[in-house]
Amino acid sequence: MMISQFFVLSQRGDNIVFRDYRGEVQKGSAETFFRKVKFWKEDAEGDAPPVFNVDGVNYFHVKAAGLLFVATTRVNVSPSLVLGLLQRIARVIKDYLGVLNEDSFRKNFVLVYELLDEMIDFGYVQTTSTELLKSYVFNEPIMIDAARLPPMGPASIFMQGTKRMPGTAITKSVFANESGGKKREEIFVDVIEKISVTFNSSGFILTSEIDGTIQMKSYLTGNPEIRLALNEDLSIGTSDYRGSGAVILDDCNFHESVHLDSFDVDRTLSLVPPDGEFPVMNYRMTQPFKPPFRINALIEETGPLKAEVTIKIRAEFNSSINANTVLVQMPLPTSTARVNFELEPGAVGHTTDFKETNKRLEWGIKKVVGGSEHTLRAKLTLSHEFHGNIMKEAGPLSMTFTIPMYNASRLQVKYLQIAKKSKAHNPYRWVRYVTQANSYVARL
Amino acid sequence: MAPPQSQRSPSPSQPSGKSEVSDLKLQLRQLAGSRAPGTDDLKRDLFKKVISNMTIGIDVSSLFGEMVMCSATSDIVLKKMCYLYVGNYAKGNPELALLTINFLQRDCKDMDPMIRGLALRSLCTLRVENLVEYLVGPLGSGLKDNNSYVRMVAVIGVLKLYHISASTCIDADFPATLKHLMLNDPDTQVVANCLSALQEIWTLESGSSEEAAREREAVHSKPVIYYLLNRIKEFSEWSQCVVLELVAKYVPSDNSEIFDIMNLLEDRLQHANGAVVLATTKVFLHLTLSMADVHQQVYERIKAPLLTQVSSGSPEQSYAILSHLHLLVMRAPYIFSSDYKHFYCQYNEPSYVKKLKLEMLTAVANESNTYEIVTELCEYAANVDIPIARESIRAVGKIALQQYDVNAIVDRLLQFLEMEKDYVTAEALVLVKDLLRKYPQWSQDCIAVVGNISSKNVQEPKAKAALIWMLGEYSQDMNDAPYVLESLVENWDEEHSAEVRLHLLTAVMKCFFKRPPETQKALGAALAAGLADFHQDVHDRALFYYRLLQYKVSVAESVVNPPKQAVSVFADTQNSEVKDRIFDEFNSLSVVYQKPSYMFTDKEHRGILEFSDELGNLSISVESGDSVVPAQRVEENDKDLLLSTTEKDEVRDPGSNGSAYNAPSYDAAISQPLADLALPSTGLTGQAPASSLAIDDLLGLGFPVGTAATPSPPPLNLNPKAVLDPGTFQQKWRQLPISLSEEYSLSPQGIVSLTAPNALLRHMQSHSIQCIASGRQSPNFKFFFFAQKADEASVYLVECIINTSSGKSQINIKADDQSSSQAFSTLFQSALSKFGLP
Repeated sequence: MMISQFFVLSQRGDNIVFRDYRGEVQKGSAETFFRKVKFWKEDAEGDAPPVFNVDGVNYFHVKAAGLLFVATTRVNVSPSLVLGLLQRIARVIKDYLGVLNEDSFRKNFVLVYELLDEMIDFGYVQTTSTELLKSYVFNEPIMIDAARLPPMGPASIFMQGTKRMPGTAITKSVFANESGGKKREEIFVDVIEKISVTFNSSGFILTSEIDGTIQMKSYLTGNPEIRLALNEDLSIGTSDYRGSGAVILDDCNFHESVHLDSFDVDRTLSLVPPDGEFPVMNYRMTQPFKPPFRINALIEETGPLKAEVTIKIRAEFNSSINANTVLVQMPLPTSTARVNFELEPGAVGHTTDFKETNKRLEWGIKKVVGGSEHTLRAKLTLSHEFHGNIMKEAGPLSMTFTIPMYNASRLQVKYLQIAKKSKAHNPYRWVRYVTQANSYVARL
Repeated sequence: MAPPQSQRSPSPSQPSGKSEVSDLKLQLRQLAGSRAPGTDDLKRDLFKKVISNMTIGIDVSSLFGEMVMCSATSDIVLKKMCYLYVGNYAKGNPELALLTINFLQRDCKDMDPMIRGLALRSLCTLRVENLVEYLVGPLGSGLKDNNSYVRMVAVIGVLKLYHISASTCIDADFPATLKHLMLNDPDTQVVANCLSALQEIWTLESGSSEEAAREREAVHSKPVIYYLLNRIKEFSEWSQCVVLELVAKYVPSDNSEIFDIMNLLEDRLQHANGAVVLATTKVFLHLTLSMADVHQQVYERIKAPLLTQVSSGSPEQSYAILSHLHLLVMRAPYIFSSDYKHFYCQYNEPSYVKKLKLEMLTAVANESNTYEIVTELCEYAANVDIPIARESIRAVGKIALQQYDVNAIVDRLLQFLEMEKDYVTAEALVLVKDLLRKYPQWSQDCIAVVGNISSKNVQEPKAKAALIWMLGEYSQDMNDAPYVLESLVENWDEEHSAEVRLHLLTAVMKCFFKRPPETQKALGAALAAGLADFHQDVHDRALFYYRLLQYKVSVAESVVNPPKQAVSVFADTQNSEVKDRIFDEFNSLSVVYQKPSYMFTDKEHRGILEFSDELGNLSISVESGDSVVPAQRVEENDKDLLLSTTEKDEVRDPGSNGSAYNAPSYDAAISQPLADLALPSTGLTGQAPASSLAIDDLLGLGFPVGTAATPSPPPLNLNPKAVLDPGTFQQKWRQLPISLSEEYSLSPQGIVSLTAPNALLRHMQSHSIQCIASGRQSPNFKFFFFAQKADEASVYLVECIINTSSGKSQINIKADDQSSSQAFSTLFQSALSKFGLP
């Protein structure tokens, strides 16, 4: 279990950071790697797999924030370990830099090297704990202006549309102080759920799944113990049935800092949160749930060289909740030449587009209020006569959205208790929910 | 740190070019002696500029002296930058590196443990061999330091020293110190580092030192394993993986021990880190291998955690886990048969995840879920993502070939043919062809649809070949088959694919025997075109058909249109030995690549996971010929012999036919009759003529061929069917003294042919010398052979090391009957010298 080199490449293939730990792999490895990844795509083979071997060198890579984090080795190591490690390195660096991008890397390369030297020695992992690393790292991060940044990463979803959240908190370094010089005491607990639903042509749910994670980021001083209570009727696995109407998770796993001593009894997790962002718990649920959107999509031939697409979406959640950045996409028949869109009268914040190159319809809605319904009609002009079934030529429709303050699984954080060291002040506690579409698909 | 290659666009704040470097030099010099307040801040700025230049690839090594002068500071940020600088340039400037030794050694004795650790680490990364004498002292005290950070650094430092100068490391007795620390240090990261360092050192040493080999094995002993297991939760998640990997190799003495270990580790399956979960899974699977019931329960237990890892992690992590699920499902297909929906593709997944999921769906399909899986796959076939659409159709085909009830699938495949998308039609044609070979009863339905496809709309070679095969095979049922074939023959010159032309020849032949008057003209044209073809295989096949027809038409018909049996099982591309080996290497790259590690790593990098030089563990163990033959013959017969050029190529080791026949593909249609011819001749004479040897190689069948065919046979006769099990070999090898040791040269052709080592094994086998084990460490090949006297039980054992760069081979012979070892050596040498010669 050891790696030979670690490097970070920009999307253009520029070397941003390069560390050779063992000198076993030739210097040109970054170029070899980048060429391979690039040609993989150009040869229409799809995305390069995260692990491949060129001339006896194994290349591992993960994508994070538009950058490629790469490790090389000649040894037969555990792929899941190296890929996990790369992901972790990216997260630790983000913890320190506040934001992860090319610019912040270039401004802080000395700090990044400092971190890399402490995380890995001669190819062997030493520590990846943001907390432990603090005592070994002496350079202070140079912050870049976070306000100008495009949003990225799961945490940034809170920055859109919700006024509740201080946007900067998410991009704050573990080193950073508030402007007054006093560190702001706060802790974030985010329940992030990614939902996947596939509807068949008659609107019946074929498959559905929720992949959830409870993510924590603590800026509390003195490492107090935290107790996190979940729904008491939470069941894990079908053998652990806790009454009807209960939330039944298929399975879950926990961060190593979590103590489960009373979890079986009252569903509370206790932990001393380390610094930096980390998942407290990951869970998976295939129990049927109410999907936030119902979709009806239809394509009909309306004459020679003409067809019409009708898409109707209905938001099936409470009217106090809004979905943001909704985007509906649908591949149209390859013979589509022109599209005329008809929105319902009075529609605000809607955008429609026909992407000529890949024959795709795109319908964007800035905000969808719970309980509302929206319809789009698109009249297609086809370039040549059609023989087969037009239904087979279009679709499936896919949808992406973000719904803050909503979670499909009904898993809840009942309370968040901080073992207080002083009574002087009460730290800020943010418990936030968000649901995102992972793969939300309706077939025609 | 290597300077990055790209030098473009240094940001404006960063200096570039020579004048800046000399400017920096001047400023550093001014600051070097200064004791004024604020000096450190100025130095920091300067150092940053230096490092920044270094990162973007500007050579700042000329500042070495000044940097070292400025390093007399207590500021830790400055020190770290200085260490970074020194580590980067020391290797290229050994005499300058000597300058740094002084202050690094001083820092190794600093009050601050952080500085001691950092200095020690920098000292060990200088990688300059003539400085190793300065390392031993600081490392020795570092290992005894009362601060765990320093010890942690020192342990890895020992490993670095080992790589610079192994003898210095061993002479200082550092491995023993590490072993002591591993078993006694209170800090788990120190323990983990000791474990990693020792495993690396002992593995590298074990080639030359028996003691190191023993030590390496001793790590798997009960006290060590228990000691580590009892503290496992104190280790970092990454170190837990190291420990778990070790535990997976441990052999418990009884079942209760197995259950104890599994109980202790069960909560590791709930760990958020996928690497820990996989490492734990490996322990569970390997510990229970001999307990069938429990092993099944383990599959049930690991299912949910692994599925959670697939969906909760990044796509990269899903990929790694899915690869492992695929391996598991091949061993136990039923485990996921009710969880198949987890492997449905999501539209936004990267294609490498989708491809694996399609493989999973193919593997989990059984009677109960096939209908739903195929329905889902058909949705993907219309997908905008064309590579995935193709894979999906292939998956449907694979499922059809492994199922008994295929009615529904056939209907859907035929629908694909009508979809009017080129790539869908192409993939579907190939599938229908394979399907017909297995289920001839569907021919009526399929032919009706296939007959409607115009050959002009099919361009892809594989699809075209499939269509032509069907035209030939079912020409009696397809009205215009002779005419379609005729028009294809007319366009012979425009057909670029040799595969298609080969199929066309065969199809026209088949059609001719079924509908002679209509096909005669096309056959004549095809044979003429084939004989004139520039492609060797096409030419040969045309000639073969021509001569066959000349010889006797009825014989030709029985060759081309023999009564055929449906194919029951298509040959698997991987043999079970390879699969088992991959399973042994669970939680490693072998699983992702679907190859055992010896196929993609050099020996020295195979690491601690596997492969030792001991005989029993050597990589390729070749069974003696006669036990292999029946299996292979069955496989040959099982395939449709008239159609298997491509599949055959995939199954076959591309180089295994040695130098006797180097054409890229060969036609099984030829091989069948020739094999029949060759067999009686060996049986009759017992002394194979040279020509049938060549055929033997050409067929790649590897059946044993009589005795050695040397022109002037030496008095020694060997038993062509000698058998020796590896255990006996190993035992004898230990007991017997070397009776003869010689060096020969190998012919250059022989060296070239060694790119396919199996060819040598077969070659030697034809001389009644059997290989029992072989291995490779570039540029050397190492083989162990044995042979047995024809008339008595006396055996010869040979160790043969071939250096491919010098062309020399070193032979050590051990023999029961030492008086005859010279005779055997002559025989061995004559056999070896013929290797690679035509």
